Amino acid sequence: MIWWFTALGANYEWAYFIATIIDILVIALPVMLAVAMIIYVDRKIWAAMALRRGPNVVGPFGLLQSFADGAKVFLQETIIPAAANKGLFLIAPIITFTVALIAWAVIPFSSFSVVANINVGLLYILAASSLGVYGVILAGWASNSKYPFYSAIRAAAQMVSYEVAIGFVLISVVMWAGSFNLQDIVLAQKGEVLGIFNFNILNPLLFPMGVVFLISSMAETSRTPFDLTEAESELVAGYQTEYSSMAFALYWLGEYANVILMCALNATLFWGGWLPPLDVPWLYVIPGTTIGLGLFWLLAKMAVCFFVFSWVKATLPRYRYDQLMRLGWKIFLPLSLLFVFLVSGWLMLTRFHPIGA
Amino acid sequence: MSLGYYVKSFTLWELLKGHALTLKYFFKPKATINYPYEKNPLSPRFRGEHALRRYPNGEERCIACKLCEAVCPAQAITIEAEPRDDGSRRTTRYDIDMTKCIFCGFCQEACPVDAIVEGPNFEYSTETREELIYDKGKLLDNGDRWERAIAANLAADAPYR
Repeated sequence: MIWWFTALGANYEWAYFIATIIDILVIALPVMLAVAMIIYVDRKIWAAMALRRGPNVVGPFGLLQSFADGAKVFLQETIIPAAANKGLFLIAPIITFTVALIAWAVIPFSSFSVVANINVGLLYILAASSLGVYGVILAGWASNSKYPFYSAIRAAAQMVSYEVAIGFVLISVVMWAGSFNLQDIVLAQKGEVLGIFNFNILNPLLFPMGVVFLISSMAETSRTPFDLTEAESELVAGYQTEYSSMAFALYWLGEYANVILMCALNATLFWGGWLPPLDVPWLYVIPGTTIGLGLFWLLAKMAVCFFVFSWVKATLPRYRYDQLMRLGWKIFLPLSLLFVFLVSGWLMLTRFHPIGA
Repeated sequence: MSLGYYVKSFTLWELLKGHALTLKYFFKPKATINYPYEKNPLSPRFRGEHALRRYPNGEERCIACKLCEAVCPAQAITIEAEPRDDGSRRTTRYDIDMTKCIFCGFCQEACPVDAIVEGPNFEYSTETREELIYDKGKLLDNGDRWERAIAANLAADAPYR
């Protein structure tokens, strides 16, 4: 896109600046729209599993429900508690939402479309998702209220615990692909299993890692079996207790933006990203044309992944806090360490070429 | 703590079984009705919004005996009465505070002339409390609006009384 603006007469710096802004908008706006739709889908799936109907009145099939809810909260008053730290209180939801959006910069949507094709993409994702906990901690701290504070402490401990396991999972994927670049990780999955399946997850060495990553990503986004941070029976509404109107909605949006980000990461790291499920040429493009289907496959995989997220939410009760910690530290951490060991051992056996040999 | 236990817990066997069950329910028909568009059938004895009925000639049935006022356990009914110009005894005031009413149906049981009844309507939510304090005009309006349904319900229930 930069060449287009330079052709229009802008100098390179301005062309780069404008092109980047447009790239950001092209990612961020559909993500926000997707968040609105995914909230609707989540409610529908959850309702269907409880034999209910879910939202079905606003718009066709209730598709506009999220926008109606958005308009409703937008018109409400933002109440700031008298004893709250106003600056931090207002900036916390913004942090949560922003951080959920910035990680999208490195997700590859097809062979050429990725906003920032940086070599440390996965480290960037780890950094961004770790920053996400700041929004929660600041909310709990700035609210100056006990339950949000407990919730913030829980959130911090929980995210740190599961990030350790996620780190090891990512390391094994990185070793297998030989790169931190998400585009390279996707391309390395081409013909990964039996030369035809483009799935890391069908690889017996990476399959347990895929499951650990799926479960950890639920913990990371505080989805149901791990939603200790907003356990309503214990903590009112967790860190959101003191929030109202748009600030509350920003948390809601940020949470779901995180969920679809985690779906995108699951798809990218373990389900072949924008590659089609089978490595056959006619699945890469729309038959008879040269238009790539990368975005379609990525979105399809994210949709399946999100269905699993909702399914789990509809099925499982909430963990107790000690169970949550036990799962993170005493099962996932040793398991992922073991598989880092196995993966690296296997790679030493099969791919290691000493320098000069 | 046998080997089977570890195999089961690491293959997430119980979790998979639970998810298979919820997936089965996902495809089942919905148990809820589509409320504002579909409604459940109501019993003829359903006790909903109150109404004051009239005779077919348009004369109001209520004779201001105040039995309903006396029997009302929530003391939601207020009646004032005096003889009308033609000498018949009628109410000048008949108020029901719907925010007090507990919908026990004693008023319609007590009524000797089937004047006060609880009709089949249950969708009368309002935006203010004041609108829920019904006066005689409102109750008579209800009676006119719901007369057909109320008469049908009373007829259906008559053999059991």
